[in-house]
Amino acid sequence: MNQTSMEWLRPLLAKLDPALAQLSLTEISAALGYDPDSDGGPPPPPLRWEDQIIEQLLPQGASVLDLGCGDGQLLAGLMTRKKVHGQGVEFDAASIFGCVARGVPVLQIDLDRGLKEFADHSFDYVVLEETLQTLRKPVDILQEMLRVGRRGIVSFPNFAHWKVRLDLLLRGRMPVTKGLPYRWYDTPNIHLMCLQDFLDWVQQHRVKVQQAHVYADGQIRPLRDGDNLYAEQCLLVLER
Amino acid sequence: MNDSTTTLKTRARRSDDDPPDSPRSVGWTEAQKAIVVPLGQSMALEKGPMAGPVEIEFETYGTLSPAKDNAVLITHALSGDAHVAGWDKHAEAAARTYRLKHPGWWDSVIGPGKAIDTNRWFVICSNILGSCYGTTGPASINPATGKPYGMSFPVVTVSDWVKIQAMLLDQLGIARLHAVIGGSLGGQQALEWTLAYPDRVDRAIVFAAAHRLSTQGVAFNAVGRQAIMTDPHFNNGDYYQTQSPIHGLAVARMMAHITYLSEEGMHQKFGRRMKLETSHSSALGGEFEVEGYLDYQGRSFVTRFDANSYLYVTWAMNHYDAASRWGGGDLVEACRRIQSRVLVCSFSSDWLYTPGQCRELAFAMCKAGKPASYIEVPSHYGHDAFLVETEPVGRLLSSFLEGTRP
Repeated sequence: MNQTSMEWLRPLLAKLDPALAQLSLTEISAALGYDPDSDGGPPPPPLRWEDQIIEQLLPQGASVLDLGCGDGQLLAGLMTRKKVHGQGVEFDAASIFGCVARGVPVLQIDLDRGLKEFADHSFDYVVLEETLQTLRKPVDILQEMLRVGRRGIVSFPNFAHWKVRLDLLLRGRMPVTKGLPYRWYDTPNIHLMCLQDFLDWVQQHRVKVQQAHVYADGQIRPLRDGDNLYAEQCLLVLER
Repeated sequence: MNDSTTTLKTRARRSDDDPPDSPRSVGWTEAQKAIVVPLGQSMALEKGPMAGPVEIEFETYGTLSPAKDNAVLITHALSGDAHVAGWDKHAEAAARTYRLKHPGWWDSVIGPGKAIDTNRWFVICSNILGSCYGTTGPASINPATGKPYGMSFPVVTVSDWVKIQAMLLDQLGIARLHAVIGGSLGGQQALEWTLAYPDRVDRAIVFAAAHRLSTQGVAFNAVGRQAIMTDPHFNNGDYYQTQSPIHGLAVARMMAHITYLSEEGMHQKFGRRMKLETSHSSALGGEFEVEGYLDYQGRSFVTRFDANSYLYVTWAMNHYDAASRWGGGDLVEACRRIQSRVLVCSFSSDWLYTPGQCRELAFAMCKAGKPASYIEVPSHYGHDAFLVETEPVGRLLSSFLEGTRP
């Protein structure tokens, strides 16, 4: 990409955040991954970056339903170290075999068919990591999480992160970033939203955000104002 | 009593069977007997008393650990027996020639280094009461009359079978099972174990079974049972001195066998192929390969199974209902009793115990606050898949048995 051709961006960036306008164009293009020689800025969030936060915030002995639990890694750790009563839910057969091998109880469920088999408030926490945006009816699952669990823990990628915005703006193609590495035809994400969209929904539906954490600039930290631009990933603890 | 190497060579017929000298086979097996109720005593069955003697045939493989904590009980299905692995050493002497060319019915997953590793686990399987494979049943002599019981044999239930298995374990000095594992009617016994003896089972695996048989399943059984009872030789079960109702029993088996397969599996195996190219047509039929197959299944079954036993075992199968027995009709309530970790596994094309029914059982456990696992294994083998799908079944078995509680 021709660097000078990006000069027009500066006033736009300054509008988003004066700090962004201070970045050199090299930094911007490196962050966007245009320069093959650059390391491209901070690393994308590690897989299941949420696990350590979840482990910290859960009380000992809580009951936890993990929706889309994969091979049961999170639950196995929580069951060992936090003595939680864990129940996994997964659809992928290979992942279910992994759960069985770890001794994690797992039920094969297609989340798009809902959680109707689970009783109201039958778990202290219902966890949904990085899955909400892949579901056909994400709002239904959110409602169900808050019915089945006393609290819901949900994480998702933020489509309003500045790199995503720039990528769409500059390339005019569906954004492909380190955090969102899929192309339009192979992405599992069918309901991408922004952190702000989610916060709006939460407010409209009188759901309380009990805790919020983000992955931004290579770090995990509590949610701050303006993170709609800076958070690559978000984790919220919700409560009715 | 012919255990020579020539027998050994002629025995392992199917290439995928482990011959008795294979390091992966439990080798030659011998049936063991236990008297759980001696002559002169009686026991309470669910539907009434049963006078002794009650004798149980069982087999074991592997070694019971000094702490007696490595016992795995296998519970068999309708037409199964205690011979679950290895090669029957006395098949000829005991007139069980059907065992000459086949190892035990679940040999594919039981043996040294196999999914249920006999180097590690002490495996037990016993023949159910009312069956005809060495355990007391309708063909046994009623001590009160000196004649076979026939229809005077008391009605038996799944709960009775489990109770008797518990009595057998008492005799073996095994207080607690590491696991109980069964498919189909055996799966219902595994479930019953977790409900009747919750503190005696660490974990249970239920393959292709639910808390009760569906109405459709009862209906299938009704056809088979009618075939036996309307056979002119049935004589109200009193046929041991005369001719057995083998035609009725064969038809019952043919009917049942259809329910063990699937539409897709049958199509793949037989299609609409004809077994003979006939130039003339006869309404008597019998030309289709699938007809020949079912006919063979029926004819071979009657050489190894007793018609009265078929009636008793299918009666038990029809009547088992875990929700009624333990939860006043409420399955979730029944499941509150469970203290074991339970894995329920269904097979996509099973239309006898459908994935939906198996799923309902697993979810009831979850609703009762119990750690439950459920998986539906894709297969076109229908209900029989638990015996055939060795790879996924084996993986589930070994990992569930060995998985430590996190």
